[in-house]
Amino acid sequence: MPALAQRPAASPATASPPPTTAADLRQRLLLPVLALLLVGAVLLSAGAGAMPIPVGGVLGILLHKLDLTTALAFEPQQEAVLWAIRLPRVCLGVLIGAALGVAGAAMQGLFRNPLADPGLIGVSAGASLAAVTTIVLEATLLGVVREWLGFYALAVAAFLGACGTTMLVYQLSKENGRSVVGTMLLAGIAINSLAGALTGLLTYTATDEQLRSITFWGLGSLGGASWPTVLSVLPLLAVPIVLLPRLGKSLNLLALGEEQASHLGLPVTHLKRQLIGLATLAVGTSVAVAGTIGFLGLVVPHLVRLVAGPDHRTVLPGAALGGALVLTLADMLARTVVAPAELPIGILTALLGTPVFLWILLREKRQRGV
Amino acid sequence: MFDLHQVSYQVGRKPLLHEVSLQAQCGRLLALIGPNGAGKSTLLRVLSGDLTPGSGTVQFEGRPLADIPAATLARRRAVLTQQHSLSLAFRVQELVLMGRYPYFQGQPTAHDQAVVRQALAAVGLSHLAQRSYPTLSGGEQQRAQLARVLAQVWEAEAGFLLLDEPLTGLDLNHQHHTLDIARALTRRGFGVVAVLHDLNLAAQYADELLLLHQGRAVASGTPAEVLTPAHIQQAFGIEVELLAHPRLDTPLLVPLPRPAAPVEYFSL
Repeated sequence: MPALAQRPAASPATASPPPTTAADLRQRLLLPVLALLLVGAVLLSAGAGAMPIPVGGVLGILLHKLDLTTALAFEPQQEAVLWAIRLPRVCLGVLIGAALGVAGAAMQGLFRNPLADPGLIGVSAGASLAAVTTIVLEATLLGVVREWLGFYALAVAAFLGACGTTMLVYQLSKENGRSVVGTMLLAGIAINSLAGALTGLLTYTATDEQLRSITFWGLGSLGGASWPTVLSVLPLLAVPIVLLPRLGKSLNLLALGEEQASHLGLPVTHLKRQLIGLATLAVGTSVAVAGTIGFLGLVVPHLVRLVAGPDHRTVLPGAALGGALVLTLADMLARTVVAPAELPIGILTALLGTPVFLWILLREKRQRGV
Repeated sequence: MFDLHQVSYQVGRKPLLHEVSLQAQCGRLLALIGPNGAGKSTLLRVLSGDLTPGSGTVQFEGRPLADIPAATLARRRAVLTQQHSLSLAFRVQELVLMGRYPYFQGQPTAHDQAVVRQALAAVGLSHLAQRSYPTLSGGEQQRAQLARVLAQVWEAEAGFLLLDEPLTGLDLNHQHHTLDIARALTRRGFGVVAVLHDLNLAAQYADELLLLHQGRAVASGTPAEVLTPAHIQQAFGIEVELLAHPRLDTPLLVPLPRPAAPVEYFSL
């Protein structure tokens, strides 16, 4: 081992860049390709609906709003529909899709389990319980709250419910001041089923009208989108969408194991708190405005890993872009397949997500040669 | 250098280490030996900072280990643990690059990439750089992790390596190769502390040995001082004879045949 016996030179003169492999190329191209697809999907989705607007028209209207005159033709009516109805909805879909995708990837990294989902630590169950409580008890106990918050009562309750359960699960999983990930998963399952039971109990006592609200809320929808909604969730969703992808290197180290990561200088406890806090913010906010939209956080990161490998520096931003892309397309389908009625988007993501997920499982099974 | 003074550690009421002292110096390979459950790995985890001893002091370069920022420590000492739980399909070169994470923000420099290649070459895995880690054999995985650990302290001055059973799953050639690497690094001023099971390998490569038994240090010193039939009998409960190594000036241990245990002894 003569090479090791001397201290290596600061930088070897013979350093040539490593050869680019197909895997490197896929990793590098994924983000630009996803970004282009997302732009395309947004233009397409904004044009689709009862009053179709061609992509050129959508572009023309957007540029017109920026005080740019173009040759792209559109009618004033189209402009009104696009600006007041379609665009806020598309923006909400992009934000929520990105938040759910990146939060799913972050949770899978934290639990070092590709099947983890923000729902596992109780975020969705807590939000649902709080929302159902609001719907069922609004006439009596929460009437006062409702008066204050008006339309936002449901969203605020769902968000607080999400944060509350996550905090509870986190506290339950603490040993000697450090949260143990395995215990956290089990505590999450316990709290999930408790919240489920309480939600069931409330549903049991609900009136017919309340039942309808509960069901629709649970299926998820972007139907309530307006500019005020978009602007109120923008800061809450932008924080996790921007900050989570910056934790890619840390999550790579965490994949080695918590002790191994700390040997490499990673402040593991701090990282875990950051991940849980940001993921809860993302999922809690999403559930609050759009109900529970299943499978996105689970399937999208999987697909990204399938294409670009497990490096979280690509997986996190990839899952954000991919989540936005999938939800934009799913919402377009939800609005158009049974027009003039509308499918709840949660049904669509589950209908499309389940076969994809099973396909991934079977494919992995085959690759293991089982 | 690491300086442990009268360190005790217990889980519940079960003492795992009892007043163990040791000094791990730069330029020396210190091997921790002893039977299963003697406290070797526990001692190594105290050195790596994973465990905080109940009593006694742990110092690195004259400062309490707990006071040294994790990022500073990460550039000076690297740890190879016994178990690896990596299940994601990282490529081998991506794994080794993680050893360089303490050195770069964002994208790795050309120097980081060069260190990765050199570390892979040092453990003889250059040809598997593009392979997915979970598809490697157990011994290859162990060597890939070693390359990551080497990359972490590649150009450190007076760096430290803490190796917990680094030879597990390695063939005869790679066992010696791994210890060759450790010894080459001590020539460069590194300190190496390794948990070893093979007493003859420990005798051949280590500058110092620390023999543990039931959480206590039974003997410490040069291989010749520690590896006496009396010490081995005390710690392992097995009789050995000391031979002279045919080529080297190190002791060679040969276990003596024991009377065969009756068959009933093993039956349930």
